[in-house]
Amino acid sequence: MNAKRWLWSGLILALLIGACVPAATPTPTPSPVPPTPTTVAPAPSPTPAPAGPTPTAAPPTPTPAVPGAPAALKIGIVTFLSGPAASPFGVPARNAAEVLIENLNAGKAPAPYDQKGIGGVPIQAIYVDEAGGAEKQVAEFRRLVLEEKVDLVIGYISSADCLAVAPVAEELKTLTVLFDCGTNQIFEERDYRYVFRTHAHQVIENVGAARYILRMKPNLRSIAGINQNYAWGQDSWAAFRDSVRKLKPDVQVAGEHFPKLFAGEYSAELSALLAARPEVVHSSFWGGDLEAFVIQASPRGLFQQSLVVLTTGDTILPRLGRDMPKGVVIAARGPHGVLAPKTPLNDWFVKIYKDRYVVRPVYPSYHIAQAILGVKAAYEKAIAANGGKWPTGDQVIAAFEHLEFETPSGTIRMALGKGHQAVEPVVLGITGDFDPATGEVKLTDVMEFPAECVNPPDGMKTPDWIAQGFPGAKCP
Amino acid sequence: MERRGMEQLAIILIDGLVYASWLFLISAGLTLIYGVLRILNLAHGSLYAMGAYAAASAVLFYFDRGLWPPGSYVALLGAALIIGIVAGPLIERGLLRWIYGRDPVYQLLATYALFLILEDGMKLVWGVNPYYAYKPYGLLGTVQLAGIPYPGYSLLLIGVALLASGGLYLFLHRTRVGRLVVAIIHDPEISVALGANVPRLFLLTFTLGAILAALGGAFTAPMISVVPGLSVEVIVLAFAVVVIGGLGSLEGSAIGALLVGVVRSLMVHRIPELELFAIYLVMALVLLFRPQGLFAIEEVRRV
Repeated sequence: MNAKRWLWSGLILALLIGACVPAATPTPTPSPVPPTPTTVAPAPSPTPAPAGPTPTAAPPTPTPAVPGAPAALKIGIVTFLSGPAASPFGVPARNAAEVLIENLNAGKAPAPYDQKGIGGVPIQAIYVDEAGGAEKQVAEFRRLVLEEKVDLVIGYISSADCLAVAPVAEELKTLTVLFDCGTNQIFEERDYRYVFRTHAHQVIENVGAARYILRMKPNLRSIAGINQNYAWGQDSWAAFRDSVRKLKPDVQVAGEHFPKLFAGEYSAELSALLAARPEVVHSSFWGGDLEAFVIQASPRGLFQQSLVVLTTGDTILPRLGRDMPKGVVIAARGPHGVLAPKTPLNDWFVKIYKDRYVVRPVYPSYHIAQAILGVKAAYEKAIAANGGKWPTGDQVIAAFEHLEFETPSGTIRMALGKGHQAVEPVVLGITGDFDPATGEVKLTDVMEFPAECVNPPDGMKTPDWIAQGFPGAKCP
Repeated sequence: MERRGMEQLAIILIDGLVYASWLFLISAGLTLIYGVLRILNLAHGSLYAMGAYAAASAVLFYFDRGLWPPGSYVALLGAALIIGIVAGPLIERGLLRWIYGRDPVYQLLATYALFLILEDGMKLVWGVNPYYAYKPYGLLGTVQLAGIPYPGYSLLLIGVALLASGGLYLFLHRTRVGRLVVAIIHDPEISVALGANVPRLFLLTFTLGAILAALGGAFTAPMISVVPGLSVEVIVLAFAVVVIGGLGSLEGSAIGALLVGVVRSLMVHRIPELELFAIYLVMALVLLFRPQGLFAIEEVRRV
């Protein structure tokens, strides 16, 4: 047998697997009940993940209160239902969408969202799996619009998918609300008419984290970062590092680590961080990588040695519970999750979510609620402006631009990107004791930085804003 | 300054050794199976992932019963053995024995198909939500080495890898069955002519390889959150190590794992931007000078 031939065919196939597997990953199967709810991730939703798009909750009561209204408003909802981003982000978002839409359709939501469905028209959701990469998502988007004939699309957790779909949304003239992707590029690179984003981009938690640690350690001397080696990790670290050094130029960078996405093993990086002894360590890790990092860093004392900032830390609090180390700075990409404001709307949202899924909602759940409520607010404002008649697409867009609306995370303002990009404040806190009564980790030193402090002004690119020393920022 | 330099070097070597132990565990089975069966098992990573899932389930079950915590290591080991002993013979008897001696492309496609099937099979059994079985990771506390704390678990991992390699060495060179396996590695035809029971030895070797893969997964499970997609990450790394060492050579795998481990650790500490590239750098350099890998098994003749 020819060993060389083996070698090459094997090598090629191994690379092929690496390249193809995400695309080949099929829709997930509903998991069996996990053995121990205390240590295993949250129980999955009782409804199985649909194999491909399945219309759910087709409402039986077509009572158009609004003249000219359709029998139902069809919304394509795209989120990760399989793959590594499903369980930390995609499924909590899908769960929130399901329970929220059900309650909206039943007219059970509190004011100002107490009208049934959207302006009396029930919402019909079609769920699509975001796994498979940007090209597949563009094809899925076209299919949703051209074949399923959805009225609008709410979707996308991956920045790559957002960047690929946004121009196609323009081309097909379909209202599209991006609900979770973090890249600041979308509205800073060009203007969109049909695309909206109802949450702030990644800059808020990184600029916020920089300001936070300088409040906690005014004499800060050194920082280090460990971030995943792709756009999200690199952009997050760059925004954090540059912000810290702009605010305090003598801060040294004691290490910049970029392990592979889904590496899962950080022994050597941790040794490097422990040996370099930076005062602050920044990480935008998410999902399984973040959990593995915390599991491995905790016994080695990294959290005692350095003040560690986890910008998506909120997502792992419900899972790690009492095993979450103390003294870690966590953020939730805005006032979400454990950092959400105490309002009746938030209490209601947490209650309907917990009643159904046992665990509490995390930030992707809040992000999709913002998108759905933003759409509802925009449509209902457009109906009012149109003399009580069902609005045209242009009228909805006009109503959506520069909209201000209430969400479980507080009032959202569509302030950037000519009224298409939301700004949000950012909240950070330090983990303390576990409270068995609430099942939550208590946070201390909670600090909020208002939207005007952590978002660039309209028309300015984020890197320029940081480089010029945050012109126009109003901070407490 | 001198002392700091020495400490730095020690840290780099320890980190390299920890990573090398893990690499050896995931690649030893792959190279052993190739050496004897002449099949590159692309489903090797799936055996690793099944070992990780089974170990996570076993550990969670174990701690649920409130049993003596250090016993959880036995649960890890037991889970790996069960997966290897059940899945190994099933795969060998059910699939591989039909494709021995076929064109390598068929064999690769068949094991690739198996990989896809197992990937979905695992989702059926364990679902898509992550499993956390991290209790055994913290049990051993930390050890101060070269001025920084290392988890005792990393040392355990080195121990497991040393035991596995030592055990394999003794088995292959000191037992009758082991010597027969070595004979097949070097010359299958003569071995058969001399009366070696090849089907039985193939079964035995594949099961052994499967146990090694599952062992790697089982001892990784407490360090990570066990999620779908583990297999892919592993097969690419394992394959690279096996290629560096020479397909079919256990010694090669061990040396290859050490090389990659130390070079990667050096990159992490000195030039972190190149960390991702470390394994491919070693592979490229080795293949440049020894296209067959470091310890390629000698080919008696080409067919």
